[in-house]
Amino acid sequence: MDVMPKWADVVLIPLISILLAAILSALVILAIGENPWEALKLMVQGALGSTYGWGYTLYYATNFIFTGLAVAIAFHARMFNIGGEGQALLGGLGVAIICLYIPWPHWTLALLGAAIGAAIFGAAWAAIPAFLQAKRGSHIVITTIMFNFIAAALLNYFLIGALKVPGSMEPASAKFPEAAHLPSFQDMFSFGESTLFRGAPANITFFVAVAACVALWALIWRTRLGYEIRAFGHSESAAKYAGISPTKIIMVAMLISGALAGMMAINNVQGEAERLVLNAVEGAGFIGIAVALMGRSHPFGVFLAALLFGFLYQGGAELALWTSIPRELIIVIQALVILFTGALDNMVRMPLERLFLSMRRAKQ
Amino acid sequence: MDFATLLQMLDATMRLATPLLLACLAGLYSERAGIFDIGLEGKMLAAAFLSAAIAAVTGNVWVGLLAGIGASIALSVIHGLASITFRGNQLISGVAINFLAAGLTVVVAQSWFRQGGRTPQLTDGGRFEPITLPFAEALRDVPVIGPIYYELISGHTPLVYVALLMVPLTWWVLYRTRFGLRLRAVGENPAAVDTAGVSVITLRYAAVAICGVLCGIAGAYLATALQAGFVKDMSAGRGFIALAALIFAKWRPWYALYACLLFGFLQAMSLRPDVIENVLNFRVNGQLLDVLPYILTVVILAGFVGKAIPPRAGGEPYVKER
Repeated sequence: MDVMPKWADVVLIPLISILLAAILSALVILAIGENPWEALKLMVQGALGSTYGWGYTLYYATNFIFTGLAVAIAFHARMFNIGGEGQALLGGLGVAIICLYIPWPHWTLALLGAAIGAAIFGAAWAAIPAFLQAKRGSHIVITTIMFNFIAAALLNYFLIGALKVPGSMEPASAKFPEAAHLPSFQDMFSFGESTLFRGAPANITFFVAVAACVALWALIWRTRLGYEIRAFGHSESAAKYAGISPTKIIMVAMLISGALAGMMAINNVQGEAERLVLNAVEGAGFIGIAVALMGRSHPFGVFLAALLFGFLYQGGAELALWTSIPRELIIVIQALVILFTGALDNMVRMPLERLFLSMRRAKQ
Repeated sequence: MDFATLLQMLDATMRLATPLLLACLAGLYSERAGIFDIGLEGKMLAAAFLSAAIAAVTGNVWVGLLAGIGASIALSVIHGLASITFRGNQLISGVAINFLAAGLTVVVAQSWFRQGGRTPQLTDGGRFEPITLPFAEALRDVPVIGPIYYELISGHTPLVYVALLMVPLTWWVLYRTRFGLRLRAVGENPAAVDTAGVSVITLRYAAVAICGVLCGIAGAYLATALQAGFVKDMSAGRGFIALAALIFAKWRPWYALYACLLFGFLQAMSLRPDVIENVLNFRVNGQLLDVLPYILTVVILAGFVGKAIPPRAGGEPYVKER
């Protein structure tokens, strides 16, 4: 029997954790001599006050949905994939190669091709740590951290070498051809005179991300494979006893995870930059950890958490523009969210459990 | 390559290996007690910032060092609370600490000094100065030994010698004292330690605190000895290289020294591409040198060249049987 009702576990604990993170963030803003209330108003205005702001918020959210889902599926198999950053970098390499070297007739095909390329490259980068975990018992956290650094160096190597535009000093690939251009929200939602989302980077990938949420939900809760992954995550020995192969689950879960992280690249590389630049991921792989923790590894939770972080990211950029609060404040908020929803979960949970227990006793 | 260049390279190796060694030993105490710590990077960064800030304000580098250690210990306490008291996930806690340090250092530095997230340049008294060991000047002209003693062994900042002395000290503490035996036991089988009537919680907090002190020294070294002031993200992945060195050394102090010297040498080489080109007659890719520590660690982890087995209770919060 559970000590707490389900709604408390799913809604109440994350809410309290976020509230704690918000209070501490407000204290940080106070401590550096700014007004937290004014800061929040600025953030809401900047991120949600115009279609332009929404365009950026949804663009960031799209990145975080992919990386959040990547961390979430690994969590279901009780694995911690810190390698989202590297897998997304490699995904970008896949997108760049597909978009640059294949003459696509239409953007729909280019999107399909790039998504497959990104997924394959991301999954390949996750495959080696997954294999080492499954077959050699090397700790996946350590290997994925190492693979983040190796991925960054590899991307550097390609961007100052094979992919660099001849004669250019900038470590970036050539611009992708026009046919690979994905429709942005501005292209899609502007009718006649009224132009919405002007200049904002949100693009059709957002809907791909939403589809990925639904697909992952179906995979985890409506298929045999999803059941096996969850069973393995709950108890490895029980899963083994039931005839589930640990090697298979570790490999499959990590390949899906890497593919999802890699697919982030169709948003930031093909959708926004339309070329491969240095450090294209900008920490989104790590934000996926916060997003997955906050969303309780449920695709719908990940979607909501990604929206919140998209808001924080765009709002933080606006703050840095109009006040003296640097952008790094967002990293602090991100750290506090990870700390309270992840590491200090029991700090919130244990008193609540005691409360519910005493309430139940009082009833009897 | 002539003798003088070799000495220069080895000298740079010493300087670059020092922060790695301190952080590596810090991780060794923590992980030997069963607390995984991927927050070494964040603790170093926080210590680098606060030591540089306080040293710049007071003009006294020793006060700065203490402040840096304080910052690092504060983060250690968070890690301890999360992973010992509240039995949370140690890896997630480490990730949070890294981001907390990366964000807070810049936010605070910007509001404190208004120099774009850095601290003012440290001048006399705000930095650790190199010390010349006895007889270094006198022996300088003795062939071979003289230059080695003068260039390589003498003339480092005090923290370099502190780091080197920490190696035998750590060995002695871990393998020759009662505390060390208990510390290693609590990382392998905490239930047995508990049965013997020794507090698992106290031991683990002690290990995490030692880890904080050593990371603090490592961070202070970065900002007040290796460089003159704090800049954003100045730890530059050293915490993770230290983690790699710890695995490479299979959680043993003397091997930690060798691993850190090796990784320090790789860093020194990537700073001097001209030397490699002269010696080997071909260009070695700089990126390759930078990631070689990580690649070597993955190979070691894969168990193809000797197997790295972590402390058995590592990462597991201890729950007393009820």
